Amino acid sequence: MKGFGVSKAVTALMLAGLVLLPLYSQLSGNIFILTLFTRIVILALAAASLNLIMGYGSMMSFGHAAYLGIGGYAVGILAQEGVGSGFIQFPVALAASAAYALVIGALSLRTRGVYFIMITLAFAQMAYYVASGLARYGGDDGLTVYKRSDFSGLINLSNRTQFYYLCLACLLGVIFLIWRIANSRFGLVVQGLRSNEQRMQAIGFPAKRYQLACFVISGTMCGLAGALLANNTDFVSPAVMYWTRSGDLMVMVILGGMGTLFGPVMGAVVYLLLEEFLSQITEYWALFMGPLLLLIVLFGRGGIMGLLGRVGRG
Amino acid sequence: MLLVVEQFLNGLQFGLLLFLLAAGLTLVFGIMDLVNLAHGSLYMMGAYFAATFAAWTGSFLLGALLALGATLVLGIVLEMSALRHLYGRDHLDHVLATFGLILFFNEAVRLIWGPAGLALPLPAWLTVPVPILPGIHYPAYRLAIIVVALLVALLLYLGVMRTRVGMLIRAGASNREMIGALGINIKLLYTLVFGLGAALAGLAGLMQAPILTVQIGMGENILILAFVIIVIGGIGSIRGAFLAAIFVGMIDTLGRAFLPNLLRQVLSSAAASTAAPALSSMLIYLLMAIVLVVRPEGLFPASRR
Repeated sequence: MKGFGVSKAVTALMLAGLVLLPLYSQLSGNIFILTLFTRIVILALAAASLNLIMGYGSMMSFGHAAYLGIGGYAVGILAQEGVGSGFIQFPVALAASAAYALVIGALSLRTRGVYFIMITLAFAQMAYYVASGLARYGGDDGLTVYKRSDFSGLINLSNRTQFYYLCLACLLGVIFLIWRIANSRFGLVVQGLRSNEQRMQAIGFPAKRYQLACFVISGTMCGLAGALLANNTDFVSPAVMYWTRSGDLMVMVILGGMGTLFGPVMGAVVYLLLEEFLSQITEYWALFMGPLLLLIVLFGRGGIMGLLGRVGRG
Repeated sequence: MLLVVEQFLNGLQFGLLLFLLAAGLTLVFGIMDLVNLAHGSLYMMGAYFAATFAAWTGSFLLGALLALGATLVLGIVLEMSALRHLYGRDHLDHVLATFGLILFFNEAVRLIWGPAGLALPLPAWLTVPVPILPGIHYPAYRLAIIVVALLVALLLYLGVMRTRVGMLIRAGASNREMIGALGINIKLLYTLVFGLGAALAGLAGLMQAPILTVQIGMGENILILAFVIIVIGGIGSIRGAFLAAIFVGMIDTLGRAFLPNLLRQVLSSAAASTAAPALSSMLIYLLMAIVLVVRPEGLFPASRR
């Protein structure tokens, strides 16, 4: 139980840091750090959504970045066509992601294991090529979002601090939702399917339907991250969906600790800060990042959360 | 007519190249149970080695041979230093570790050769058009690719089905503990198979190099096509990979060549020119989706597993 304490303490510390960050940015006049952490929080949201299917459902999706693009393009295309209201943009982004997840999930869940990894990867790559072919919306070059989503009077997304807190609230909301899901009857069935699908099916649960529902929920959450990301960068391009981005999300989940509530958030913070740190030292940061990933896989069982647990137990 | 024959041969040539890549991937997966995302990096390294060695030696063929040897050695070193430790691990671990290797290779190439692409010029005797049918000419180099790839496919088939090493490879695929218990050096066998797969990827890369530019990330898009092929053909099956590769190569090439015109007859020309590029790049994924719906295990699943 003591180990539990250490990881809890570190998580609480991290959350406190995330909440107080705008204050630090304001006092020190360091605007860059707020921009950096807005991006980190959004990608942490995407990683948390991936963790729902990877950690709890054992569905190893290698195409999760597709939702970042779909959510982003929903915002970008609507803005381009003159629909600036966030009350329309965000629901459309979520609905589009859910619809894509429903189709892709129904097809991909016919397979398992490596096939599932490859199929989700291939479908995300298909979404990438489709976006590259959208000549009307920038094609390869991407689409500039000239005006951020307009939530008239409620919140102003162009204000850095307000936008940061919106992203953080979304992240915490999604994590709360995942916590509720994981402890609900539905979540327990999905986790049961993770350990023994045949037995669950024998008891009488329609396995695929539960997994598909979980897949769609996760995709919808990631679509939200996509809509926020497009607002953050004022830009959306096919590159958001490129398969290396899906890989990044997977790494964040594994690095933080798969199947733990706050692991993906910690993974995203550490991974993106590491990337930022290494890229300041050397232009060739990936030269170190690559082997580091290899070492994490070889020796880092259970990610940061697992490590903290072991430290706590002594 | 001329265009149809030419595009048909282009499709065949692309399909055969894809087969070389997919064969290595499916061999490594079928025998070592290893998912190797870095396979595309070996393809890229083959192309870079060929461009460099051809420039040094001044001969295309010599450069290609040296590059083939270099990728073989690189594959063996990679297997012995890193990938060997991944056998028996979860597939997710394979994906992440080899994803790290891709980052490493891309960055190493950028450090050594610089961010700009390289060109691999062809010798004069390979650039002449060859008459294949009365009145129809086809570039000698693309024809050479078809011949070489078919030859390699045949050798691979004979090697796996008719030689002692091939027998050991097949035995290793069906039961690795048993063949180890019978006194076969399974570690050496694995290293050999991985090196073979690497050399095949390198061969595909160096043959494709004169047609496209040699650049960073060139192996990534084609790797995904190789995955699609393996999924369609059935994981671990070389025969499935061969047929699926030809199929995918044809559909991709013919789709890109003829779909715009076909669409133009149905839709307005403006709508067709927007829809065609997106649709033709979607074709093979649609094909994969259909195969999955009908036969989730792929068209030719390896019967042993």
